[in-house]
Amino acid sequence: MIDDGLVLLQLHEPGETPVPHESESGLAVGIDLGTTNSVVAFSFDSEVEVLRGEDGKALIPSVVHYKDDGSVEVGALARQAILESPDHVVSSIKRLMGRGLEDVKSLAGTLPYEVVVPPEGGMVRLRVAGRTLTPVAISAHILMAIKERAEQAMLGKSVTRAVITVPAYFDDAARTATKDAARLADIEVLRLVNEPTAAALAYGLDNSVEGLYAVYDLGGGTFDISILKMEKGVFQVKATGGDAVLGGDDIDHAVAEHFLSERAAGAAITAGEVKQALMTARVAKECLTGRAEGEWMIELDGIASRHKLTKAQLEKLAEPFVERTIEICRGVVEDAGIEVGDIQGVVLVGGSTRMPLVRRRVSEFFGRQPLSDINPDEVVAVGAALQAEALTRGSDTLLLDVTPLSLGIETMGGIVEKVIPRNTPIPVAMAQEFTTYQDGQSAMSIHVVQGEREMVDQCRSLARFVLRGIPPMAAGAARIRVTFQVDADGLLTVSAQEMTTGVEQHVAVKPSYGLSDDEMATMLRDSLVHAKDDMAQRLLTEAVVEARRSVLAVKSALGVDHDLLSVDERQAIDAAVEAVEQACAGIDRDAVTVAVEHLEEATKSFAEKRMDRGIRQALAGVSVERLDDALGGAE
Amino acid sequence: MTASVANAAAAAVVPCWSCKGPVATRALFCSVCGAVQGPGAIDHFSRLGMQPTFDIDQDLLEKQYFGFQRRLHPDRFAAKSPKERALSQSQATSLNEAYETLKEPLKRAAYLLDLKGRKVDLTACGTINDPMLLMEQMEKREAIADADSVEVITKLSADADSEVIACQCHISAAFNAGDLDEAGHLTIRLKYLAKLAEEARTKKTRMTRALR
Repeated sequence: MIDDGLVLLQLHEPGETPVPHESESGLAVGIDLGTTNSVVAFSFDSEVEVLRGEDGKALIPSVVHYKDDGSVEVGALARQAILESPDHVVSSIKRLMGRGLEDVKSLAGTLPYEVVVPPEGGMVRLRVAGRTLTPVAISAHILMAIKERAEQAMLGKSVTRAVITVPAYFDDAARTATKDAARLADIEVLRLVNEPTAAALAYGLDNSVEGLYAVYDLGGGTFDISILKMEKGVFQVKATGGDAVLGGDDIDHAVAEHFLSERAAGAAITAGEVKQALMTARVAKECLTGRAEGEWMIELDGIASRHKLTKAQLEKLAEPFVERTIEICRGVVEDAGIEVGDIQGVVLVGGSTRMPLVRRRVSEFFGRQPLSDINPDEVVAVGAALQAEALTRGSDTLLLDVTPLSLGIETMGGIVEKVIPRNTPIPVAMAQEFTTYQDGQSAMSIHVVQGEREMVDQCRSLARFVLRGIPPMAAGAARIRVTFQVDADGLLTVSAQEMTTGVEQHVAVKPSYGLSDDEMATMLRDSLVHAKDDMAQRLLTEAVVEARRSVLAVKSALGVDHDLLSVDERQAIDAAVEAVEQACAGIDRDAVTVAVEHLEEATKSFAEKRMDRGIRQALAGVSVERLDDALGGAE
Repeated sequence: MTASVANAAAAAVVPCWSCKGPVATRALFCSVCGAVQGPGAIDHFSRLGMQPTFDIDQDLLEKQYFGFQRRLHPDRFAAKSPKERALSQSQATSLNEAYETLKEPLKRAAYLLDLKGRKVDLTACGTINDPMLLMEQMEKREAIADADSVEVITKLSADADSEVIACQCHISAAFNAGDLDEAGHLTIRLKYLAKLAEEARTKKTRMTRALR
């Protein structure tokens, strides 16, 4: 009997228990949900394929066009629509994920659309083409388009799960917003992964490489630099920095201005000319990556002008922007408390790192050739796809992330008491006790903040809630235990509890700038694409996964302890198992649930007999070894 | 057979939440159905399979920690049922707590004292009861505040670091001699020495940076 048990144990080694069949749970992809462009990739046997559209392009512009007829268009076509109907098109929505009024003020003037803040506070909304939309809903539209692209590229197979990348500095509110957007798009997020971490994964830096790495990410409109520390499978973000409004677009503008000054020195410039000049500038910049010089023509309103540009001239125009990135790198290296020489490698991310000037300056600053074999536009999605495969098909590498920022609570005088310091490995749960400061105080306001500064107003406010029902006590007598829990995706849950009386009060909170569960439910309902059928399908899939687990558990138990059963009892259990399997093959969720309940009922006395045997064996010392086997431990 | 033996046997096995059969209380996985179990209430040393001593092998600690995380981290359960994912999350959380506590000499010493029934409150930022320690701390803090050259602060920082290490050695000796009073006393001292060393290091970084 015990031998049988051991065989079964090997068959069902933890981590290798049969995963739900792919056709049921859908394929898992990696998504780089970018500010300017997004990319999706799929990995099979560590071979990554970047999924392209019909035009053969990997980049999907993160631009959404809300048409007057109510339809929604995402990508290259939406970007073209910016010029004709700018008030119907939203771009760079990532900048507003999980943001509130205060954050938007700092972005004032840089946003091309009308922003409204709900009177009750919370996440900002956008007025677009007569609709009021949250950044979450707009991101969801981008994700739906990505999902569609992926499903087309995978020949119609359903894509339901993904690893989505986020910037390392994204706080809890922005991460939650990203996850909510995925939920609206009917994508299950397997894991949120930091962008620089994904880029490092794409280069296989997780394979027993140890040390410090820099990830230099220069995109169209944003610049990010991260220092990663890799140590025995743990990716730790040591420091991050950047500029949210610095990128390749600035270089295009500088070149366009140069062209326009040549074309119409002193004369008035039309909007059409600016648009034409910008397009020409972009082409020129890309051409000069491989060539030393070239000539371009701007033809508009019957006037054609010719413009020569050499690589040296381009680099002179681009230099101030590139130098600014290098200055930021210098600051971040200092912040990390390290020397440039300590850095063992540099990874290039973002289309703008194709410019020879950028590569040259980066290698000069870091004193080594940067890694650039993988297409810098695609490298983050490639890493995400590899991680998606690792999560769904199993792998040896382990990605242990840390909290990017400290999490704390406001105490008397607006001082922040840190509950979870930054760089703490996650998942984590930490608690601290607080007390009342007035006699008979029956409620306590709890303000959750994120950041490194000591004063509340210098940190980011994540949530506020009130713990009520504290029994009347003298000041300082109550013991309020506040527990912070951060899951593997970096999402925070806070709860509070009064300890002295045993009265439990749990309040789970969502970030101030996130969406409430009600809002989320409404959006799910309203979302046209996310029809009722999808929801029912998801619930059915979940029920089937759970039912299959029950059946496997019962079968394993039968393998070990079947001698405890009479023929009749065995027949009853077999019939119940059969019923569950039949229900799983159907589409009726209630039938599955009922069948599982019957199975539980049918196996109740069997379970009791097994427990009795287990205890008897423990008494006799017989099963101690077998049970100890299951203690497991480190290899 | 006495009742206590029977109770001990009954306590050693609990029903697996998944297959409902017997599973050892401390088991990570059910030996029959393979389902991950909850973390249970065990001390940090046992959780990581370490001997409960102050002198621990850091490499072994790390190896044990990564070994357990490799099997229990939520990433390993991404495709599993919600219940299994929740359990793996609690397991990984407990492992992180154990590892974070044991890897730092200060936290490890306080935890070990706690296990042995001597509570040392490291979070209490109150007054120093020991007048000798108080005097010493005040003098050293003043010296750091007065340091006006990189040379001076570098020397002070190095001194502070070596005092931290010396104090850890004394804590180890006290534990080995079974002198818990002394170990408790030294643990409080270590807390202040570590703070001082941190202050010196911060000032040194600031002064060195200002030079450039």
